Amino acid sequence: MALPAYATTKDKVWYYTFRVICFAIFFFLLAPIIVMIPLSFNAQPFFSFTREMLTLNPEGYSLRWYRDFLGSDSWMRSIRNSFFIGILATILATTLGTVAALGLSRSEMPYKGAIMAILISPMIVPLIISAAGMFFFFSQIGISGTFLGVVLAHAALGTPFVIITVTATLVGFDQSLIRAAASLGASPTRTFFKITMPLILPGVISGALFAFITSFDEIVIVLFVAGPEQRTIPREMWSGIREDISPTILAVATLMVALSVLLLVAIELLRRRSERLRGLTPS
Amino acid sequence: MAQADAGALASPAATGRPERLRTADGVPLKAALRRAERRRKIAAFFLVAPLLFFILTFFVFPIAQMMWRSVDNPQVVRALPQTLEALQGWDGEGLPGEPVFAALHADFMADMERPRAEQATGPLAVRLNYELSAARSAITRTARQVDGFTAPYREAFLDSHRLWGDPELWRIIQREGRPLTTSYYVAALDREFDSAGNVVQRDEGRRIYVPLFIRTILLSVAITFLTFALGFPIAYYLSILPMRYASLLMICVLLPFWTSLLVRTSAWIVLLQQQGVINSALVAMGIIGDDGRIAMIYNMTGTIVAMTHILLPFMVLPLYSVMRTIPPSYMRAARSLGATPWTAFRRVYFPQTLPGIGAGGVLVFIISIGYYITPALVGGQSGRMISNEIARHMQQSLNWGLAAALGSMLLVGVLVLYWLYNRLVGADSLKFG
Repeated sequence: MALPAYATTKDKVWYYTFRVICFAIFFFLLAPIIVMIPLSFNAQPFFSFTREMLTLNPEGYSLRWYRDFLGSDSWMRSIRNSFFIGILATILATTLGTVAALGLSRSEMPYKGAIMAILISPMIVPLIISAAGMFFFFSQIGISGTFLGVVLAHAALGTPFVIITVTATLVGFDQSLIRAAASLGASPTRTFFKITMPLILPGVISGALFAFITSFDEIVIVLFVAGPEQRTIPREMWSGIREDISPTILAVATLMVALSVLLLVAIELLRRRSERLRGLTPS
Repeated sequence: MAQADAGALASPAATGRPERLRTADGVPLKAALRRAERRRKIAAFFLVAPLLFFILTFFVFPIAQMMWRSVDNPQVVRALPQTLEALQGWDGEGLPGEPVFAALHADFMADMERPRAEQATGPLAVRLNYELSAARSAITRTARQVDGFTAPYREAFLDSHRLWGDPELWRIIQREGRPLTTSYYVAALDREFDSAGNVVQRDEGRRIYVPLFIRTILLSVAITFLTFALGFPIAYYLSILPMRYASLLMICVLLPFWTSLLVRTSAWIVLLQQQGVINSALVAMGIIGDDGRIAMIYNMTGTIVAMTHILLPFMVLPLYSVMRTIPPSYMRAARSLGATPWTAFRRVYFPQTLPGIGAGGVLVFIISIGYYITPALVGGQSGRMISNEIARHMQQSLNWGLAAALGSMLLVGVLVLYWLYNRLVGADSLKFG
């Protein structure tokens, strides 16, 4: 929306002021994340730019915090734990969530509203309350401080995202394709894997990515339900921030930002693919 | 099928009255249809059943059980059944008589017979200590000595710990000698029982939770308003840009959204702390002195700034998706009819964005009212919220009943808002990225 030729001075002033305000807000959104990246290469254990860094003197930069991170057993274990818990929770949440979304999007599903509200609730209930509930329940049934407990808890938190993304893909889904497959003699299972699955796959994958990032980024449940054996990356960062904050945290944070960029790109590609497959015009 | 149709058509002619349609095997068509529909219903339900079972077992049930703790009160009833019976006629004035102390002795002795894991005096001591500090030491000390007590028991108990001579303790035993209690909620609302058993407000200086609830709500309102004030302009700007520029700029919103919460929180620590980037820059520019570094974190400012940053995408995304659907011709029409830009915005554009504002606002408010991590890390004392107090009672003071009462109140508030949100926009219309 360029400025029209007949714009008055007032219009012009407003046009540029508005853009300056907007870019200031974008700056507010991005700057904190960007600032961490050079600071993670700081040669000094400070959280501000040293004189050497500002004059771009190579002496001011080093990889010591990355070496610190890669050489630390507890960080390495937390990476393994995070991926292990995240992947298992994602598989569980995606399987249960996709199947449930197929049922929920059928028109003959009874009590749809009430069931949907229950299934979405893990996303709405404050984490501290979920964590408190699971803390008591899991210790009663003896899975507190085990991988099983954390995986189950994270899977419960991840399912709403799978339900939402998969039902969204099913909105544009042409039910006559299923009838066509059935009339050509395909069994329901075969229809599912040959017809339904390829079409809803983008939704399933982006739901799975959401479920994974939910687990990967989750800390409150981990604080309450996990034991010392299940410390994840956020748990390790939590103690890092609370106990002795060192630029190692920033090195980890930079790597995590790189990971989120990858996920962002993946989600965007999936969204485009899904729209193309369903014949929607890209919006 | 053709046969059945023919039969169904033929029969009215034969009998002279309309007959119900039947399928090939003679079942009335209506019944067959109903059965088929029921079968489909059951099939749909079975698809949902595994997840429903999973969520009910591992999510809904634990929370219900946690809420139950806020009224559950078994400790006194289990530990002192005979004492409670003997206390029945007591009027709450002065000390109860010898029969009550004899019953108390009998209860203590009966408890010592039980296997160690089932002994009731430990939980009793913890439970009474919530109501009256020092109750724990009275009970544990007496439990050690009670073996050697001889009649008259009243003197023996009074010798063992002075608290047994305090009518307050007896009033608490009588009051909490029921399987359900309201006392956790009474405490969670900054109230207490006076000596006549009435619920009264605590002294000004000892009120904690109501001011904390109020602060939590005010902070959430402030954060919601800030996300709106910052989110509205950029959502509008994104919505008027051509798609390819908008997608590019959208990264500025989506990247923080996808970045780990702890990463963003530590970013704000790096920026705002006393030796951090902003303070150092201000000192280097000579705006403030080295001793005048501003405290921007570990207080309420820290909580507000960091949470506004974290929750801003939750406001921008629903606003943007609503603004995209508003045709620009409406504004042009308003202008051509003589409205000033401000009037056109206020009367034509803004009302159409209200669904987005409602959705984003309720979403941000719901998330911020139950937030735990960021206030715990950057909030200090003045930036604490109700979640932090729940966590403290869960992990440090171990007063789980009180934690459950605070949590239940928070949960009810959030569920009411969620219901409102559902009425406004529908929960499944949430979009991410």
